[in-house]
Amino acid sequence: MSLRIVVCVKYVPDATGDRHFAEDLTVDRDDVDGLLSELDEYAVEQALQIAEDADDAEITVLTVGPEDAKDALRKALSMGADKAVHVEDDDLHGTDALGTSLVLAKALEHVGYDLVVSGMASTDGGMGVVPAMLAERLGVPQVTLLSEVKVEDGKVTGRRDGDAASEQLEAALPAVVSVTDQSGEARYPSFKGIMAAKKKPVQSLDLSDLGIEADEVGLEGSWTKVDEAAERPARTAGTVVKDEGEGGKQLAEFLAGQKFI
Amino acid sequence: MAEVLVYVDHVDGAVRKPTLELLTLARRIGEPVAVHLGAGADTAAATLAEYGAVKVLTADAPEFADYLVVPKVDALEAAYNAVSPAAVLVPSSAEGKEIAARLAVRIGSGIITDAVDLEAGDEGPVATQSVFAASFSTKSRVTKGTPVITVKPNSAAPEAAPAAGAVEQLAVSFGSASTGTKVVARTPRESTGRPELTEAAIVVSGGRGVNGAENFPVIEALADSLGAAVGASRAAVDAGWYPHTNQVGQTGKSVSPQLYIAAGISGAIQHRAGMQTSKTIVAINKDAEAPIFELVDYGVVGDLFEVVPQLTEEIKVRKG
Repeated sequence: MSLRIVVCVKYVPDATGDRHFAEDLTVDRDDVDGLLSELDEYAVEQALQIAEDADDAEITVLTVGPEDAKDALRKALSMGADKAVHVEDDDLHGTDALGTSLVLAKALEHVGYDLVVSGMASTDGGMGVVPAMLAERLGVPQVTLLSEVKVEDGKVTGRRDGDAASEQLEAALPAVVSVTDQSGEARYPSFKGIMAAKKKPVQSLDLSDLGIEADEVGLEGSWTKVDEAAERPARTAGTVVKDEGEGGKQLAEFLAGQKFI
Repeated sequence: MAEVLVYVDHVDGAVRKPTLELLTLARRIGEPVAVHLGAGADTAAATLAEYGAVKVLTADAPEFADYLVVPKVDALEAAYNAVSPAAVLVPSSAEGKEIAARLAVRIGSGIITDAVDLEAGDEGPVATQSVFAASFSTKSRVTKGTPVITVKPNSAAPEAAPAAGAVEQLAVSFGSASTGTKVVARTPRESTGRPELTEAAIVVSGGRGVNGAENFPVIEALADSLGAAVGASRAAVDAGWYPHTNQVGQTGKSVSPQLYIAAGISGAIQHRAGMQTSKTIVAINKDAEAPIFELVDYGVVGDLFEVVPQLTEEIKVRKG
């Protein structure tokens, strides 16, 4: 029986670009290039490795986002995922984490899964809550923040490195897994992979396909509201000195002046 | 006055500082009711009361340690049902955010994570967040349900405000999902004796310029002279010079100490995302063009292996 792996990915504004807010206080996606969230590349990589170790596995990459989000799906397909599902609907604009988890959960139920894999957080919102929300909504175990992951005999095992301890976890499939940037370097798509990705199927779903009402998502349906967004004043340039043998002492003088010593 | 649930982060009853900050913030929006899970509630209660907890709800069961996250959600949900609070506050640790996320789904409430400040508003608590690598500051609120808000360490100075802090047992029934993910082994992290990175008042971080694990003691010595935590850039962590748990940046920890010292760190956007809200920033780097110098209050262009030991020595002398 084939192992159905679904990787949830996000299309995010490039963090090295000049990110800002649109008038409705959602993230302005028009002026900044988007890409597959770097932390989701690790999820795709782990899915590929799990599939390679399995007798028979199929990887679907799933995203919720605007038209351009197809770029993120193509990237994952060029890395080696088999097919893609794109949930796209004008009414999704401004959906928050709870709404996103609702859409993803419905899409996962629609597509079918044994194992859901995602990155530890997106590189834009950075909340890191969606994997736990998905597990809660789907009623399956969460095996999250893994730096090592393995799937065998219908079980997922992995290592979670916390502040106080490193834990070895185990859960039965189906399950939701999230992986950290310590799980293993993500592969670069090969030329062959990039060419092959163009022919891989990308299925589009909208809210009606998933049985979700427009007022459950989007800005209006959000559970949270941003009232204000202000650019922080740029830090005023401080003193920069060149070390000519006394740099450490000068720095100590500065720290003493600031009462740190 | 409305009650506010505060989830207690502790080690066997030793309450960690971010929880005291949460109690302090909770008092701005209501009366704090602490939720203490696991052993040590009696020890914790005195501290929690000192910082304003009117009540301490407690439950202890092997499930909290044997299974991941969900049993704690079951308990927090039980506390929520017992109290009907105006808000639920949870420390912004990795686990805290997951607990808060699942609770929000269960009770059908909005969630805000990584708040750096919290105040009472006409329509409920208003949370300040720092976004886009700390280049923007936003004010948000929850519009549906009971606000669930996670708060980052160092968001407020803990202020004592003695309250009753009566300990009450919380009845928790664990759902079938609670035993879904088993913790089959746990290896405690060895204590370095240094402060916890996200809670420390001073952080000293090393990056690519440290040039090898064998050189990190230079950074550690400076940290120890200041009673600081040690951080590392992603480059240093990826090279295997320092543990991932010490990584500062977008994919590591975000810190907001009184003083941040970056040694041999160029200041890529990913690193800046994790330290830009530090109150005072100091950098030491050979490259005068390094972007970190755009952020600093004080910068030294020079070889860290000259500057850092001299600084450490000078601090020791001054501290006598």
